[in-house]
Amino acid sequence: MAQITLVEAINLALARALAGDPDVVVLGQDVGRDGGVFRATLGLADRFGAERVLDTPLAEGLIAGMAIGMAVEGLKPVAEIQFAGFAYTAIDQILNHAGRMRHRTRGRLSCPMVLRMPCGAGIHAPEHHSESPEAMFAHTPGIRVVYPSSPRHAYGLLLAAIRDPDPVIFLEPTRLYRLFKEEVEDDGVALPLDSCFTLREGTDVTLVTWGGMVHETLAAADALADEGYAAEVIDVATLKPYDLDTILASVARTGRCVVVSEAARTAGFASEIAAAVSEHGLLSLMAPVQRVTGYDTVVPLARLEKQYIPSPARIVAATHKALEFS
Amino acid sequence: MHSVARFEITYSQFLDEHGRPTQPLPPFAKDTDQLVDLYRWMTLMRTYDAKAVALQRTGQLGTYASILGQEAIQAGVGSAMRADDVFLMTYREQGVQLMRGVTMKELFLYWSGDERGSDYSVPRRDFPICITIAAHATHAVGAAYAIKLRGQSRAVVCAMGDGATSKGDFYEGMNAAGAWQLPLVFLVINNQWAISVPRGAQTAAQTLAQKGIAAGIACEQADGNDLIAMRDAMDRALARARAGGGPTLIEAITYRLSDHTTADDASRYRSADEVADAWKREPVLRLRTYLTQAGAWDKAREEALLKECNERVQSAVQEYIDTPLPVPAAMFDYLYASLPTGLQSQRDEALLAGEPDGADHAR
Repeated sequence: MAQITLVEAINLALARALAGDPDVVVLGQDVGRDGGVFRATLGLADRFGAERVLDTPLAEGLIAGMAIGMAVEGLKPVAEIQFAGFAYTAIDQILNHAGRMRHRTRGRLSCPMVLRMPCGAGIHAPEHHSESPEAMFAHTPGIRVVYPSSPRHAYGLLLAAIRDPDPVIFLEPTRLYRLFKEEVEDDGVALPLDSCFTLREGTDVTLVTWGGMVHETLAAADALADEGYAAEVIDVATLKPYDLDTILASVARTGRCVVVSEAARTAGFASEIAAAVSEHGLLSLMAPVQRVTGYDTVVPLARLEKQYIPSPARIVAATHKALEFS
Repeated sequence: MHSVARFEITYSQFLDEHGRPTQPLPPFAKDTDQLVDLYRWMTLMRTYDAKAVALQRTGQLGTYASILGQEAIQAGVGSAMRADDVFLMTYREQGVQLMRGVTMKELFLYWSGDERGSDYSVPRRDFPICITIAAHATHAVGAAYAIKLRGQSRAVVCAMGDGATSKGDFYEGMNAAGAWQLPLVFLVINNQWAISVPRGAQTAAQTLAQKGIAAGIACEQADGNDLIAMRDAMDRALARARAGGGPTLIEAITYRLSDHTTADDASRYRSADEVADAWKREPVLRLRTYLTQAGAWDKAREEALLKECNERVQSAVQEYIDTPLPVPAAMFDYLYASLPTGLQSQRDEALLAGEPDGADHAR
């Protein structure tokens, strides 16, 4: 078993899917000879041919739209949008077409496609390269939104996304791409979609998060442990449709909940979880649900991005508010 | 300075507005029986279309987009395509849909606001109507890529209006189709009006067909009110697609004789004189005149055909009227391959809420 990074795990899952199913194709800007701007598709065109790992013209709407056409015709396209911030010109395709094809044809046609997008801030990238649009996608009926947080999860969830019969927006946390390595067995085994992962068990507070923020949240849990608090950490992993039951069961044990998200606060996905926990878990709660999020501002350019992304210290501070509430 | 590239756009017409041949007819058109068959289709389309408008006007159908005046294009496309080809359309191609096997009942259901109208019993692989303009130009690229990847001899036809040629998706789709030399025919139905904006105000381009030149694909104009020209252009484009010769853009010149939809009033933005003038070039009379002069059609056959068409349409209307309303569970049951756990409670909520006739809602 090899120790690999998250981006290498993506590559490994793509290779496994291409090798195992002739209907799988990979498409996007620079995904062929160049191997993708993050090298997620490195070597795949050489191994599986330029017809199945294809460089597209530079047009995000085209990439999403042609993935829909391919999927309806029976292929299983895995398309890459270079950065989530560039996906906005493809929104019509995702909302109006990918998410509706099965429904509006009463199941006659379906859209088994994956749209991969590097997501989030923290890698000193230029403007529009640091967005966190997951709430927008999670608001869209008919699609799945998946956001892994580790090499092992990236491998298993991407395989699950490719095998899923419905469209999946697969967000990849850029700042975790090469941050750490993990042992990943290339066994072709998918992880379950629509399920949370409890990454750390604890009895004092439930920390709920997803994607890149899992890293800071685990660091916050370490710091809380040093103070004597046992924090349970839940990685939501699939944001649409999400696994509320696991979150509620945890809050029923801990009585306190802090939701951590990199995206802007207002109408964000953290608000959805806070609302659902308040609605269904009120009698378990001993404190108001806390949200630790990015600010309702434009994601700053590189020099201020560390001030935008919630830090372990901000998570710990919000957790103190939940723990000390009376 | 010297010229590095030179282009031209051809225009084809076989029957003029009086139904007189302007040049020797292509081989298929020498088979008068086949032309009669297509004339029968065009008459059925017009009968269906008039009934759909009447149903809307009497509150029995939702907002409807009429195909009046575009029957020759529809019959040309519908007859040139094979059953296993793929058709992608906008909301003004009901005639092609009928010829490909979509039932009138399904069309009425769709235009009444019922998703079951897009669950075509035939053809199962055609895309549903694309309302967001030109988005399907990129779907067509994906479908054609899949066909080419699998080495099949099928072709894809993507129909849209003149307004669609102003959109990015149209250019993105054409560009990619050219880059990969896909088996794809883009059909631009230029009916001169994008709701209220006339063709001349939409673009400075001399023709819409020439928009394909920049994508490096074959492009031409045809008289969209001339069935023979439309069928001939489609035959050539589909043969090119199947032979690996790449995509084609056909601009079919016609006129929207109806309002944009039943929710529109075209008298607000165009003159009655212009519409009256366009009626002189309409396609059904043109073909009937030709067939009559060729001795293949007469008044008795016309009367029998109209009676048959009316009966077929009326029977479909009855089937449509007799179809029970969709059940609220249908909002949930086709959203995903299997209903996610979290949606189950919302489905239960919807079933409990009931009120299928929406009596409590503002109208």
